[in-house]
Amino acid sequence: MNWPILSLTLFMPLIGAIIIMTLHREREQAIKYVAAGATLVSLILSLVVAIGYDRSLGGIQFVESIPWTADLGVTYALGVDGISIPLLLLTTLIGFSAVYASWNISERVKEFFSLLLILITGVMGTFLTTDLFIFFLFYEVVVIPIYLMVIMWGSSKRVTKEYAGMKLTIYLLIGSAFLLVGLIALFVQSMAVNGAPSMDLMTLAQTEFSQSFQVFVFALMAFGFGTLLSMFPFHAWSPDGYAGAPTAVSMIHAGVLKKIGGYGLIRIGIMILPAGAQVIAPIIAVLALGNVIYAAFICLSQKDLKYIVGYSSVSHMGYVLIGIAALNLVSINGAVIMMFAHGVMAALFFAMIGNLYEKSHTRNVDDFGGLAHQMPRLATGFMIAGLASLGLPGMVNFIGEFTIFVGAFSSFKVLTIIAVSGIIFTALYILRTLGNVLFGPRKEKWDHLQDLKGPEMVPLLVLGAAIIIGGIMPFTLMDLINNGVGSLISQAGLMQIGGIL
Amino acid sequence: MQISMLAPEIEIALLGLLLLVLGLLLPHKGRGIMGTVTFLGLVIALLLSAAGFGQEEALFNGVYQADSYGSFFKLLFILAGLLVVLSGSAYIQRLGRRANEFYSFLVFALLGMVVMAAAGELITLYIGLELMTISFYILTAYLLNNELSVEAGLKYLILGAISSAVLLFGISLVYAVSGTTVISEIAGHMQFQPAMVAGIILMIAGFAFKLSLVPFHMWAPDIYQGAPIPVTAFLAVGSKAAAFAAFVRVFMLALPLPQFEWGLVLAVLAACTIILGNLVALVQTDIKRLLAYSSIAQAGYILVGMVAGNEYGLKGVLFYAMLYVFSNLGAFAVATAVEVETGSTSIEAFKALGKRSPMLAAIMTVCLLSLAGIPPLAGFVGKFYLFSGAIGAGYLWLAFVGLLMSMVSVYYYLMVAKAMYIGTNDDMTPIKPDTSTRVALWICLAATVLIGVYPAPLSALAQTAIQLF
Repeated sequence: MNWPILSLTLFMPLIGAIIIMTLHREREQAIKYVAAGATLVSLILSLVVAIGYDRSLGGIQFVESIPWTADLGVTYALGVDGISIPLLLLTTLIGFSAVYASWNISERVKEFFSLLLILITGVMGTFLTTDLFIFFLFYEVVVIPIYLMVIMWGSSKRVTKEYAGMKLTIYLLIGSAFLLVGLIALFVQSMAVNGAPSMDLMTLAQTEFSQSFQVFVFALMAFGFGTLLSMFPFHAWSPDGYAGAPTAVSMIHAGVLKKIGGYGLIRIGIMILPAGAQVIAPIIAVLALGNVIYAAFICLSQKDLKYIVGYSSVSHMGYVLIGIAALNLVSINGAVIMMFAHGVMAALFFAMIGNLYEKSHTRNVDDFGGLAHQMPRLATGFMIAGLASLGLPGMVNFIGEFTIFVGAFSSFKVLTIIAVSGIIFTALYILRTLGNVLFGPRKEKWDHLQDLKGPEMVPLLVLGAAIIIGGIMPFTLMDLINNGVGSLISQAGLMQIGGIL
Repeated sequence: MQISMLAPEIEIALLGLLLLVLGLLLPHKGRGIMGTVTFLGLVIALLLSAAGFGQEEALFNGVYQADSYGSFFKLLFILAGLLVVLSGSAYIQRLGRRANEFYSFLVFALLGMVVMAAAGELITLYIGLELMTISFYILTAYLLNNELSVEAGLKYLILGAISSAVLLFGISLVYAVSGTTVISEIAGHMQFQPAMVAGIILMIAGFAFKLSLVPFHMWAPDIYQGAPIPVTAFLAVGSKAAAFAAFVRVFMLALPLPQFEWGLVLAVLAACTIILGNLVALVQTDIKRLLAYSSIAQAGYILVGMVAGNEYGLKGVLFYAMLYVFSNLGAFAVATAVEVETGSTSIEAFKALGKRSPMLAAIMTVCLLSLAGIPPLAGFVGKFYLFSGAIGAGYLWLAFVGLLMSMVSVYYYLMVAKAMYIGTNDDMTPIKPDTSTRVALWICLAATVLIGVYPAPLSALAQTAIQLF
């Protein structure tokens, strides 16, 4: 591969943002088309990468590497493997859908789409780079556009959007402060061991760190990434943040950004600090149980659609955490596919809620009823997302949950059994919500609502297709992930258990 | 000894005198060119010191050092001076006929900074310091009809004089013990005795005052608020960097860390400064005071690098001091433009700036976020160097304090962003800054982003400059 396909994928949204900044603010249609075009190109390129990845060869491919800052050991290094490709696809799928989910934005269109595209580039960069410094750079890039988008285009319901935005920002930044301490400590220590500065993930993974150092740094990472992944008890930002954020931000945040936490734990935590991971993992598993059960209980009592999905996403992240904490091939496979599955599902959910809220100006479950009469397409979207959320076989989420539980059972027997009960609660609150909102007698007051049409259909089609294709043909992603996780685990020298699904 | 080594200093001194004379000679109408003359003069000084970068020579038996370390700071001061002149010209013009001397004092303050950074001997250093601070006393009180400004000038004069006395007393004690004032010779002549400890502590106190480190920071907010805003900008950036330049040179060369354990003292000072500066900044409602407290905290961060005293830490000091020029002056340039337009520096005046002038609001946001250390902006890389140094030197707790507080600082920086983007203002007329301000703003923005995205050139420059230690 001669041309830098990963850089193109990565910077296409940014180029789009720059083009938008040069356009006149009145040309709203042009701005929207540029945003859609940029994310579409990115999506196509990422599909090319996923198909072009040589599975028989494995390892990190499509490598690009340019020395950047010698004394910090920073290289502008991009590369993808079986773990990053699904997350790259997730980003481009959601990015593309998010543009269409925001098609009806009418205020400050220019600023909105430039910030959105910068946000997409930032998220994507974390999955593509193989350099720790660049990873952190992209990771923090996303925080500020999100704040600005929440306060400018967010909605104030139970909490004001200013509160929601600031809460989200401060939580993530405090988490990242701990992360940064860990990262700098890793850098300084590796320089002491290797004699030369390096931020390359592979070099760091081969460096011998003492066990106590690994435990210390992994604990910092677990806190930092855990906050991002809304690990109990650091999850409080997530429901409020999603509720305050505009639709596109909720989609990207719940869909992809959270997954940076899981990805970081796997890619940086487990790969570089396996000994630390083994000590801290049981703690993470116990906290994850807090996610699964506690958040599911809160969901049962929520009335606001966004809060329901917000807490349910906290609950689902518990599965991902258990998968990661179990530290075996199958469970981590499951965690990765679960991240993908939850991403598309949550994004679809938020897109549908956003659309409904835009038209009805309420998100209260009790206000609705029988919407399937007036809005059959929207109801379809809700049903796909909802059934995926409760892990119905045939949807990609089922694959994720099943794999996680199979893998985790060999490590934590009791914990896994308790965690499985989360599925029952999920089914309870999801089915109840879907029933109350979509079905039942027709309500006259919602007769004026228009069903999805034109650009509004795009998120439903793209994300719905991803959920169902992933569910019916899980091997498309599973092989890839297994490939990536397998080499990571042999790298980290963890105990290898069993085959795959 | 080559006198050409002193070319930048001589040029700056001549420029200052020329400006004084021009102010008297030029007819009233012709005085518009004063800003242009200052600008051109500083550009020449910048080129001269850039040309001299990399030379290493001790002049007058080590009294004056023409080395890369000094040259790095010379470049920094002159850049700061240029940006202040560019962004402040609209403001300075409002001073009317007294604008002439204003430029002249600005240039003399700059000369004082340059001397401080290059002084190889304590008395020379002191002379540079006094030249700088006395010019600043006058500049601070320049708005004669404004009570705040006069009060600030008087406060600065009294407190500055006391701190100078403390510093001088410290210097005299060090001289008494070592028998020399040449910085590079002190270390060889020192023995451990109470007078020396007292000397070191007094010198730390003296410098800490100039750097407004907690608990010697009380003067800073009032003076920053009262002074004319271009002066505040120059004071926050230039005076601080000059004090750091001298502080680092004296302490690293004359009182090397392995011999004298001042690291922990400074570490505690740095931690207090970072914590207090950031926490008090949270509740400020005036942008000048907010930037004053934020710059107190920033001095704390830079001090972290000096506490570490290793390669990364010292490189971080230089790196951070340079990016601080661009990020902080960018923020001040926006504040200046807003004050010229609205006559106010309270956060109220910044409301709806995102609509009145998207460019000003965007640059303000970027510069403030750089100060907060958010990537990919320059401040992040600077903090990375500083805290790598600290962790390398074993100050893990300091890294925790520093990085946590820098995330807290995001809160008050975002408060400004919030006012600019979602605040509502009765006055919605667009703000159009003049050309020279726009140039300064674009330079600050470009440098803040470029240094953050591609730090290699600046880090190489800083690497050369710290070869001295």
